[in-house]
Amino acid sequence: MADVRPRKLSRRSTGADAVFEHGARAVGASVLVITGGVGVFLAWQAYPTLKRYGLSFFTESQWAPDQDVIGIAAVLTGTVSVALVAMTFAFPLSVLVALYISEYAPARIRSTLVSLVDLMAAVPSIVYGLWGFFLIMPYAAELALWLQRNFGWLPFFKVENTDPDAAVWDTSRYVASAFCAGIAVAMMVMPMACAVMRQVFSQTPQGEKEAALALGATRWGMVTSVVLPFGRGGVIGGTMLGLGRALGETIAVVLIVSPAFEIKPRILEVGTSTVSSLIAGRFGEASTSQLSALLAAGFVLFVITLIVNTLAAVVVNRSRSGAGTDA
Amino acid sequence: MTGDRTDVLPSIGDQHASTTVIPAVPAVPAIPAAPSGPPVPTTASLEAERVSAWFGQRKVLDRVSLEMPAGRVTALIGPSGCGKSTFLRILNRMHELVPSAALAGEVRLDGQDIYAPERRLTDARKAIGMVFQKPNPFPAMSIQDNVLAGLRLTGTKIGKGEREGLVEESLVRAGLWLEVKDRLKQPGSALSGGQQQRLCIARSLAVRPRVLLMDEPCSALDPTSTRVVEETIQQIAADVTIVIVTHNMQQAHRVSHQCAFFLAAHGTPGVIVEHGPTDTIFDNPQDQRTSDYVNGRFG
Ligand SMILES: Nc1ncnc2c1ncn2[C@@H]1O[C@H](COP(=O)(O)OP(=O)(O)OP(=O)(O)O)[C@@H](O)[C@H]1O
Ligand SMILES: [Mg+2]
Repeated sequence: MADVRPRKLSRRSTGADAVFEHGARAVGASVLVITGGVGVFLAWQAYPTLKRYGLSFFTESQWAPDQDVIGIAAVLTGTVSVALVAMTFAFPLSVLVALYISEYAPARIRSTLVSLVDLMAAVPSIVYGLWGFFLIMPYAAELALWLQRNFGWLPFFKVENTDPDAAVWDTSRYVASAFCAGIAVAMMVMPMACAVMRQVFSQTPQGEKEAALALGATRWGMVTSVVLPFGRGGVIGGTMLGLGRALGETIAVVLIVSPAFEIKPRILEVGTSTVSSLIAGRFGEASTSQLSALLAAGFVLFVITLIVNTLAAVVVNRSRSGAGTDA
Repeated sequence: MTGDRTDVLPSIGDQHASTTVIPAVPAVPAIPAAPSGPPVPTTASLEAERVSAWFGQRKVLDRVSLEMPAGRVTALIGPSGCGKSTFLRILNRMHELVPSAALAGEVRLDGQDIYAPERRLTDARKAIGMVFQKPNPFPAMSIQDNVLAGLRLTGTKIGKGEREGLVEESLVRAGLWLEVKDRLKQPGSALSGGQQQRLCIARSLAVRPRVLLMDEPCSALDPTSTRVVEETIQQIAADVTIVIVTHNMQQAHRVSHQCAFFLAAHGTPGVIVEHGPTDTIFDNPQDQRTSDYVNGRFG
């Protein structure tokens, strides 16, 4: 065999190209530096706390710095339950809205709906918090009572110290719960998840859709056999992006829940706490060591959201739709 | 299914007595004797009457009438942009998928208007299948599932045993069986372009359409695959009425019994200039424009 090696090709860009290339690379790198910087900063600040409390930081549910008892077990489970409630509402809502927009809506309604959903994403979260507090909580409490009556045997639908069949029900036990906060958070993450799904659905190859219809499929048959399989990556990815956002949502949760530091699966019951609402609530009055503890909690949240978002990106990129291929 | 209409059909024997003789193709094995799956319908005639079509305000077809007799191959020819695809898509109600599209006139399948309000859209499409220019198998499905996709999509139930028979029969009819019989579980997208196109034909045949529309089915294929698809067309023509759009004059000559020449003069909607038996259109056209087109002098 003759010794043939690939020839070296010069790829050096010149003039405006070079300026742009280096500029863009610098900006791209700065994004990485900033994200990395946040992580490093949090880790640095969290270190004293993690070292002092060790594993009990993760298993202790009380947050009482004055008694030197600090742990994130309760706020972490609170965070997860609020996020799960939010996704339970946001997932079907965003899939259906995205499907309606991309497959069913007439052209004129479509653009209106798209901008409405985008507008939903632009509404500040404090507005959702107020909306949830004043407009949703009363109804959410009734829904909670109904759930308790009918599905109270499920551990997460229990509400302690109540009698669902009492003549006058004790409303205060059913409000300010993870359930109420989750509904408000759902409204915030829905537009985001929906936008990702809609984009992926609308990339479904026209040829495959027409193939299904030409065989005599109904529109729904076409959606389930072509659009949903094609958009599966987008559905999963959009959901996880929404989940990432739901995990960190702060202000709406602060407004709605009444703080409680207890590991409980009972989402309908009054009182819960999330990592971010804990930080927002205690930040102002914190001493140096307490600040370190709060930042440690923040660091844990940062890592979790990073993992969720990375997984989302991987799923979206791996899927057929996300890769943007057509073959 | 629509298999209960045998009584109103014209006799197929009479139709075959005329003009072109199509050579038998020995390369494809015979169709299994006992057909399985949904009941086998007989061929149906398709008749377009005074069909007009619009995209938005623009009229692209003007009162086109054409009879496509049962069990024959009708070729639609004409220069690009004259409305052949539009006409074809009107024949199985795919035209209305375009948001701005409108149409007028009637399309009759065995004498009954497929656009009649009491007839279901999905029934029309089930009875009148379509093969597209670009092969479009469902990439996530196996070859076998691709063939059966139509049944699943239309909610037609058949037994497990029948299913295998139907897969084999459809693939045999589409001339693909020998190439894929050992890998029915592989994804449909793993086939070559020509094989994919024949898979699409098999998929259409599996729902037992009475008419099969084909829009330039060979334009993305190499000569060998084209040849096989043409053989397939000739094989199935006896039991399925076929309407094929093609830019290839030799192909139109080879596969069709009758031909319709479409033309849209500058800025006007498309019309059929001339139609008739294929031999007449090619050897003895009445219209000068037809003659120019089939002899490659324009278009
Ligand atoms: N979706 C659409 N929206 C608007 N106009 C369209 C659309 N599809 C086709 N047309 C127009 O309708 C006319 C007929 O198009 P059609 O696709 O039927 O032509 P064709 O004869 O099939 O051409 P070709 O041989 O190139 O496939 C063309 O002038 C085209 O520009
Ligand atoms: Mg065309």
